[in-house]
Amino acid sequence: MPFDVDIALQRGSAHIAARFQVGPGLTALFGTSGAGKTSVLNAVAGLIRPQSGRIAVGEEVLYDGATRLHLAPEKRACGYVFQDSRLFPHKTVRDNLLFGWKLAPAARRWMALEEASEFLGIAHLLKRMPRTLSGGEMQRVAIGRALLSGPRFLLMDEPLSSLDEERRGGVMQVIERIRDELALPILYVSHDRREVDRLADHVVTLGPEGTRVMPGIRTSDAPAARRAALRPVPSTPHNP
Amino acid sequence: MAGLLSPEEWQVVVLSLKVSGVAILIDLPLAFALAWLLARGRFPGKVLLDAIVHLPLVLPPVVTGWMLLLAFGSNGPVGRFLLDTFGLGLIFRWTGAALAAAIMALPLMVRAIRLSLEEVDRRLESAARTLGAGPWRTFASVTLPLALPGVMAALVLGFARSIGEFGATITFASNIPGETRTLPLAIYTALQIPGSEGDVARLAIISVLLSLAALVISETLTRRSGQRKAGHAL
Repeated sequence: MPFDVDIALQRGSAHIAARFQVGPGLTALFGTSGAGKTSVLNAVAGLIRPQSGRIAVGEEVLYDGATRLHLAPEKRACGYVFQDSRLFPHKTVRDNLLFGWKLAPAARRWMALEEASEFLGIAHLLKRMPRTLSGGEMQRVAIGRALLSGPRFLLMDEPLSSLDEERRGGVMQVIERIRDELALPILYVSHDRREVDRLADHVVTLGPEGTRVMPGIRTSDAPAARRAALRPVPSTPHNP
Repeated sequence: MAGLLSPEEWQVVVLSLKVSGVAILIDLPLAFALAWLLARGRFPGKVLLDAIVHLPLVLPPVVTGWMLLLAFGSNGPVGRFLLDTFGLGLIFRWTGAALAAAIMALPLMVRAIRLSLEEVDRRLESAARTLGAGPWRTFASVTLPLALPGVMAALVLGFARSIGEFGATITFASNIPGETRTLPLAIYTALQIPGSEGDVARLAIISVLLSLAALVISETLTRRSGQRKAGHAL
């Protein structure tokens, strides 16, 4: 099970409970705002500590309330793409992209800078500072930065919400390629039904009445042959 | 340039620069630690610590000087210890002038660094952690560079404050030519002597120039960091 989550969280006065086990592919965390979707993501990343429960990704247990295990975020090998991209303002695009890459042990890196910048179409931006980028460019750099850190799984918090309609399409295609070609398990927070329908293999709905898990529709699913013809040769295939 | 000032006046200027330079170097690690505690720490007594740090800013400097005498004088507990252990004398010595300047500059430096630390976006630190950086690496590669303009501004402000320090210095370290007679003390001394208006004016002009330079540098640093945050050209 790529994602095996069963946790209770307290954020301010709100009590959040989430419980789901899902298979490979992209899992959408869906629900109204305030349902605690981002908190669940932060708990999986290790940025906040649940009150109790257990979080495992693949074979590795990241948090276990019973044994008081709480891995530090930097030990979890997760690629987190934030809603607001969070690029380091004092570093060039290139240095942003290489930040996690440099910190990752060589054995865990599975993508090179050139590969990632080509994959995301940001090769021409490497020397720029983040403040000079458009929203879509920033988000693609943020995705690149996460991929280059050699993650075993990706966490994405409404990566499209700060983008206009036009830019969304491009970033959405990138996310589909990560899902299909890189085969990384993705936990994807969204409150947009269309996004979820298009991208998700599994839909986890958070709400006051509890967690519900359903299969996704993936409306953009074209026959595999056609999809392969439309897309360039996969980058480094790997199996996290 | 050298001809404009007498050897004694040069001595005063050089001594002032030395005293102020040492004062802010003593202050830097201390001010940073205090600023960090006040900006990030959550502990009981934080309000009290904040108040104590700011005390030299609002106390009459002569009171600060007297309290320094009590603590660091030859009979004071800390002064006795420093003298016996390291042979470090403070009374009537330039080291004492540096200590007085350091205490007086500390609150300004803590304020400047604290503000810059509070401006650092904590969410960028979280991002660094998820990318594999431990707490120290995150501090060195994200927090510190982003707070750096504030640290630089603190150094400049502290330097300017030290150059101007008078009351605590004359109370604690006295007014010894070549040892503790910094610019303000030299101006004060010259004012006591009839017919030395020219000396006063020259020393005063040097003071104005040094302070002006410090303010311009500090303002430039602050503006530059503001621009970076606002996303304009650096």
